[in-house]
Amino acid sequence: MSYIKPNFRHPQQPVNDLGLTRREYEGSLSTLCAGCGHDSVSSAIVQACFELAVPPHRVAKVSGIGCSSKTPTYFLGKSHGFNSVHGRMPSVTTGANLANRELVYIGVSGDGDTASIGLGQFGHVTRRNLNMLYIVENNGCYGLTKGQDSATADVGSAGKAGKPNPYGPIDLCTLALQMGATFVARSFSGDKEQLVPLIKAAISHQGFAFIDVISPCVTFNNTPTSTKGYEFVRDHMEATGKVDFVPVRREITADYAPGFSQEITLHDGSVVHLYKEGGVNTTDKDQAVRLIQEYKAKGQILTGLLYVEPDSPDFHEIQGTIKKPLRDLAATDLCPGSRALDAINASMR
Amino acid sequence: MLNSESPRIESVNDFVIRFANVNGTGSASANNMFAKAVFRMGIPVSPKNIFPSNIQGLPTWYEVRVSEKGYLGSRGGVDVMVAVNPQSFKQDVECLEPGGYFIYDNTKPLDLRYHRDGINYIGIPLTEICRREYSDPKQRQLFKNVIYVGALSALLELEFDVLKELIGEQFRGKEKLVAPNIHALELGYQYASENFKCPIGVRLKRSDKTGNAILMEGNDALALGCVYGGATVAAWYPITPSTSVVDSFEKYANRLRIDPGTGDKKFAIAQAEDELAAMGMVVGASWNGARAFTATSGPGVSLMSEFLGLAYFAEVPVVLVDVQRAGPSTGMPTRTQQSDLFAAAYASHGDTKHVLLLPSTPRECFEMGAESFELAEMLQTPVIILTDLDLGMNDNMCEPLEWDDSKEYNRGKVFSEEQLENMTQRYGRYLDVDKDGICYRTYPGTHPTKGAFFTRGTSRDEYAIYTEDGDVYVENMERLLRKFETAKQYVPAPELIPAAENTRDGILFYGTSAAATKEALDQLAADGVHIDAMRIKAFPFSKAVEDFIAQHDRVFVVEQNRDGQLRKMLIIECDIDPKKLLLVRHYNGMPITARTIRKQIHALRGGATVTPIRRKTG
Repeated sequence: MSYIKPNFRHPQQPVNDLGLTRREYEGSLSTLCAGCGHDSVSSAIVQACFELAVPPHRVAKVSGIGCSSKTPTYFLGKSHGFNSVHGRMPSVTTGANLANRELVYIGVSGDGDTASIGLGQFGHVTRRNLNMLYIVENNGCYGLTKGQDSATADVGSAGKAGKPNPYGPIDLCTLALQMGATFVARSFSGDKEQLVPLIKAAISHQGFAFIDVISPCVTFNNTPTSTKGYEFVRDHMEATGKVDFVPVRREITADYAPGFSQEITLHDGSVVHLYKEGGVNTTDKDQAVRLIQEYKAKGQILTGLLYVEPDSPDFHEIQGTIKKPLRDLAATDLCPGSRALDAINASMR
Repeated sequence: MLNSESPRIESVNDFVIRFANVNGTGSASANNMFAKAVFRMGIPVSPKNIFPSNIQGLPTWYEVRVSEKGYLGSRGGVDVMVAVNPQSFKQDVECLEPGGYFIYDNTKPLDLRYHRDGINYIGIPLTEICRREYSDPKQRQLFKNVIYVGALSALLELEFDVLKELIGEQFRGKEKLVAPNIHALELGYQYASENFKCPIGVRLKRSDKTGNAILMEGNDALALGCVYGGATVAAWYPITPSTSVVDSFEKYANRLRIDPGTGDKKFAIAQAEDELAAMGMVVGASWNGARAFTATSGPGVSLMSEFLGLAYFAEVPVVLVDVQRAGPSTGMPTRTQQSDLFAAAYASHGDTKHVLLLPSTPRECFEMGAESFELAEMLQTPVIILTDLDLGMNDNMCEPLEWDDSKEYNRGKVFSEEQLENMTQRYGRYLDVDKDGICYRTYPGTHPTKGAFFTRGTSRDEYAIYTEDGDVYVENMERLLRKFETAKQYVPAPELIPAAENTRDGILFYGTSAAATKEALDQLAADGVHIDAMRIKAFPFSKAVEDFIAQHDRVFVVEQNRDGQLRKMLIIECDIDPKKLLLVRHYNGMPITARTIRKQIHALRGGATVTPIRRKTG
């Protein structure tokens, strides 16, 4: 980790639609190991939010416990953040979202946090279609406790300790698909070109957006025998296609490469263009599940946008909650007053 | 066959009647109607549902204490048994007081095993009447309950017109059902008045002792308190005996919190996957500026402990309702106890303490329900309302609910966008600006550049920056103690009930032990024993509690748990000599009785024997 943050910035840094520079989206200095995949994910989140011109203070960052869950300190320093307890990021985000439906919710979790201790909460936040971006920084091991295998480690994969993992992995994308996620993608921390547009699309998606990012642990699980190391992932990664995200305001003047084979219009009117190579239909859930397994059987990792269902009611729409954030309702909205109480008293006699 | 030679309890407006039913047969609404009819005759009642942890087929009881004097605690013993369930005949016969009345279905002759000298048998052929009158098996089952209520109308002189009025209210909008129900009442009334000398020795007489009172379940009142207190998010996981808190919240919110223009809800309810998630949602919602709560029972508190620790340390307001049942573990899920004090007061690892509220009546459930949000937000910490099954799931008579319309919500110390805009110094989430241990919060999304901070369960400095500096950690923990000290002035003050004569004895009690304790104190006064009493309503204990203990030579502490949890908390928190606090306890899952308290106090004072309550029989 570095401990000095450079003060010098280029005087003519590009600004986004809000007139903010990318720097306005950065956070504190990372305390993770040099080369940690998670720092690349943080950087991709910064880039995506900058490009989307999200007002930084209108984002709430929530995490659980673990290396991944430390990262919300390292991006969006002007946003409120909540580093909660192990595996419980989904419930905290659910409550936060119920209180104020207008903020952007970014939940960051790890493979221990999501696939083990928090598996239950992961499943249930998925089925409620909570409007949030849920990122798993998946490195197949427990970094903070010195590299034990996690539940996403592949059979036979061996980290620094050298002992091959004997248990089958939990595939979080497959789980998310089966439990009703309305946006599912997989990516690699080392592939910013793919990850940034995916994050932008996920934030714009109305509903539960899940991205499983393979994010190598340089200290404990970046060995030649690991299937979650940089080398292995680079060599075995297959993309569903190049992803391009077109924000709603730029739709007409967008400068995107022609030749996309699938166009998905998201709830807010923004568009995702998919330049496919492998013939993936991102609205076919069964196919997505099948392809994940087929690629895995070939020893490959299928990345990119796997599934999206652009028009699905989120938790608030299912509930029929008022449009105004609940937390902004005044006593006049909330307290029925003494007259209503008189009637209730009368019914109790 | 009312055997003329048996002694008979003679009593007007002062008796206990118990209904022995099979659960899942629709007896609850008939029994409820009975209690409400007595209440409408101006006579104080205290109904208690004694039910199994089961859906259908097991014995269930409903007991109503009728007390002209307004004693609402459980009395112990039964004067009139309405035995509709042959499964429990044996114990139903046994629990009758000498001279009591055993009303049963004599369609089949009563097994001789259930014959006991000294009680009066009243056989009513309920099954036969139903078979004769109804062809539908479901009706036969349901109307059997209404028929015995009709019979009681004759036997006890329960006013028939009041019953008719209640039937009319119950089936408002389903008028077709009114006539058949009244007919069933008449069938019972007619049979009893034709076959027995009515009234029997135990009877009712219209009175004026209920005044303006209401009859309400504590859970229902608590839920309404949450609506009035401005709760917008309820997250929960079903568990007996707390389930009806959120059910009622939904019922009232659907009635009182719908936007008239759009039909949209001004509230959200999340049925979580478990209690951990329920508490996580409350923490998240409260952190983001909503008033949020959850309701659970002991096992849920265990699961929520981790989050309670986070909320304590990160200083997030939380409201938790714990409707206590008998523990440990699954314990007796449908029986009452006050055994979660430790689990609630010190929930979670590390040095933690939580604010507790201890209501005694539905009215207090309502008030504390609303007040809990003020306290939680003012103190930025969890507030746990400890009620129990007895209060939560039974209709309890109390003063009507009141609301002051001039009252405004106090959201505690929260910086607004304007305040942040005008702020010249650096914002520090955990800066103790006012020196009361309570710092200023900001809600996410308030200001574009100021006021954001990182909430965490890890140690941090005054600006919410992570630190492992021991001095900074200690400073923060000491400030949390200071905050807990500040809490003493905000929590509800104890209720002092001085004895009629000077005494060196004191007694402390809380929650649902209140009614039985007050009754026991009257009995003890009649025995010549005078004791100053104080009802504790909250933790941390205020100075008034410490003073009360200091002013007495010995203090009895009444509790419905094995280990005397409140007593131990007093010893620890107020540094009291353990010898000074004498435990009066009862924890078999049934509500505590005045008899128990009186007996134990006599024993603790040095052995006067207690004769059972004297009853007039003749």
